[in-house]
Amino acid sequence: MLSKILEVYARPDFPEKLREHVVLSLVALLVAVAIAMPVALTIRNTRLGAAIAINIGNVGRAVPSLAILALALPLLGIGFASALVALTALAIPPILINASTGLREVNKDIIDAARGMGLSGGQILTRIQLPIAAPVIFAGIRTSAVQTVASATLATFIGGGGLGDLIVEGYSRRGPEILLAGAIAVAILAIITEVGFGALERAFTPKGLKIAQKRGR
Amino acid sequence: MSNPGLLLLQDVLEEPELIDWEWLRENFWEDIVPAFQGHIFLSFMSVAIALVIALPVGVISARYRKVYPPVTFVTGILYSIPSLALFAILISIPGVAIGPAPVIIALVAYSLLILIRNTVAGIDSVPPETIDAARGMGLTNRQILFRVELPLALPIIVAGIRIATVTIIGIATIGAYINGGGLGALIFDGINRQFPTMIIAGAVLATGLAIVADVLLLGLERYLRPWARARRT
Repeated sequence: MLSKILEVYARPDFPEKLREHVVLSLVALLVAVAIAMPVALTIRNTRLGAAIAINIGNVGRAVPSLAILALALPLLGIGFASALVALTALAIPPILINASTGLREVNKDIIDAARGMGLSGGQILTRIQLPIAAPVIFAGIRTSAVQTVASATLATFIGGGGLGDLIVEGYSRRGPEILLAGAIAVAILAIITEVGFGALERAFTPKGLKIAQKRGR
Repeated sequence: MSNPGLLLLQDVLEEPELIDWEWLRENFWEDIVPAFQGHIFLSFMSVAIALVIALPVGVISARYRKVYPPVTFVTGILYSIPSLALFAILISIPGVAIGPAPVIIALVAYSLLILIRNTVAGIDSVPPETIDAARGMGLTNRQILFRVELPLALPIIVAGIRIATVTIIGIATIGAYINGGGLGALIFDGINRQFPTMIIAGAVLATGLAIVADVLLLGLERYLRPWARARRT
């Protein structure tokens, strides 16, 4: 069985499927960050804005990923582009929720102290709020990234390509080695994403915060 | 990608009729209601089985701290495997047939991380003074667990059940691909028959179910936290 699975990885179309999967996930994630972060920054100081963002995020989370991808089919047609739009829509909620709560939960006393030291609004954002909220923001991006890699597997159902193609091929042709090859590749990609973004999250946690976290525990 | 069949499909789908109310009326009792019931069965069965596993594992992890990191490592890996891949791996195991069983196994696996983590967090949230007081009153360790720690941990455990349930209701739709039934069957049929009404029916009902479960469990969570309610007013 193992050698049969390895044969699937040696197929000429495997790198193409892998590439499609990575491009789908990465582009969707980047566009989602580009949409969610400015929104979170704009509403960071308004209560209503934060409430709206969190509610939109929560409702967004309740919509099954399969539903979003399937709905893209009648609305946007079949193929890579509509899968990309659907995946972007799926990637936004976790980033938006974490970024807006992370920015809002920066201790008011710290911001007051910074203001007292004469920092401008922009300086408070870049030197105080963003570094302190960074771990929470990156946790949101990590959740979103892992979820996007998983949902990209479903792109195959609307002709979006990716590693899900192998799972569908193996399932419909009763080729267990193709099915497993696809599943294992997707699983490894997801675990790499989880571990990689976890490292990124730690790298972006300011040193001072790490010390504070250790003391707190 | 340059499959002529796919291009044809797109032409058909460009017809703007998204919701065929006639079809919804005609197939309500035959297709939609059973799919909805099947979805409720899959989701709640999975969360219930996961709870039976997660509660003891969570209690043990909270007591014997060394157990906790390996438990979160294993359940964390399970949690990050994409559902379609996990379904595919499960049905590749000899003796596991397609149907609801592998779907429920996978959904249980996904719930474990959230439920165990919240059980441990819930027990951790009990103040040590409270446990000292209970011990001073002469309660045994078992009594402390069942009468003090678990009741006080309950709101956080219910919060975990809420997150797990909402997640599981969404993932369960994908289970229809391996004949697990539920609302995903409507979505997949809609994709295959190029019939948006079925996709929308499945999507709206699954989302609605997730939101209703979320609101109900949030209500339960608040109800179980009378001390927080008292503080707020």
